[in-house]
Amino acid sequence: MSLTSRRALMLAPLGLAVAGGAGFYGMLRGIGTGSYDPRGVPSVLIGRTPPDFALPPLPDSGKSGFAAAELRDLPGPVLVNYWASWCVPCIIEHPQLMRLSREGVPIWGINYKDKPRDAGAFLARHGDPFARLAMDEPGRVAIDWGVYGVPETYFIDRQGIIRWRWAGPVTPEVLDGDIRPLLRRYA
Amino acid sequence: MRRLILALLLLAGPAFAVGSPSEMLPDPAQEQRARAIGRELRCMVCQNESIEESQAGLARDLRLIVRERVAAGDSDQAVVAYVHDRYGDFVLLRPPFRLATAALWGAPFLALGAGLLAILLLRRRGAPSEPVPLSPEERARLAALEKDPTA
Repeated sequence: MSLTSRRALMLAPLGLAVAGGAGFYGMLRGIGTGSYDPRGVPSVLIGRTPPDFALPPLPDSGKSGFAAAELRDLPGPVLVNYWASWCVPCIIEHPQLMRLSREGVPIWGINYKDKPRDAGAFLARHGDPFARLAMDEPGRVAIDWGVYGVPETYFIDRQGIIRWRWAGPVTPEVLDGDIRPLLRRYA
Repeated sequence: MRRLILALLLLAGPAFAVGSPSEMLPDPAQEQRARAIGRELRCMVCQNESIEESQAGLARDLRLIVRERVAAGDSDQAVVAYVHDRYGDFVLLRPPFRLATAALWGAPFLALGAGLLAILLLRRRGAPSEPVPLSPEERARLAALEKDPTA
């Protein structure tokens, strides 16, 4: 072994450590800003249409529920948001949903395993960003979607194909880093 | 006494979350099958427990779905496929071998290979060379030192 290749070999562990450190730094930064979730699991629905379902409206919300067929042919992209009044991260993401709704982005809500009265009180207190509001009380439709916790947000393009799923609260970073680029791309 | 405690511990066996009898199927053979299937499915909330072990609400819902499918006459594969279709490879505690899971399945072999390589390299380097005999000057100095340590 020549001297230079020997020296290069001695630097290899240092290079590995630098690469590993950079990787961990990136992961930690992502966890800090909410753009990386180490417990995140990819959705099997990406690139597909939502599974068949028909959900009733949330009682006393004055909104209509919706069915899979209504997500097929849309004038523009739609966000579908699973949420519940008992869900703490839902409070964190709520201001971002309100912002999107003020900007005219349609958000179709699915209230998950909740009591209608509690859900109504949540919206009265924090604001109501939903264009449609359905209720999934036994939570079976959520399982068909592969939902494993609330909140979860799905981006559906105008053809009704699911392009993106976010499991966890929509933070300002997720809003600017993921949702806005998606809205531009599928406008 | 100690033996009694040991016997009780062995009898207790692993604790499963299916505590409530209302969740169980009336047919013991079907219940047995449902448990075996549930032990292969990951709880998506706790992530290191199977749905049979987990207390999470979603795990309970999935246990009920597994029992529903078993009672409806689905085969074991069909029940697993039902959950797999919705939650993807991650829900299987034994995921299939694919490009995305290659690192997972390959890691033990990589570790074994790296260990063997390390052993080989260390052995080659560590082979002790023959001791060089002392020169006549060194031998004379050693003899002098042995005779008089202060010299």
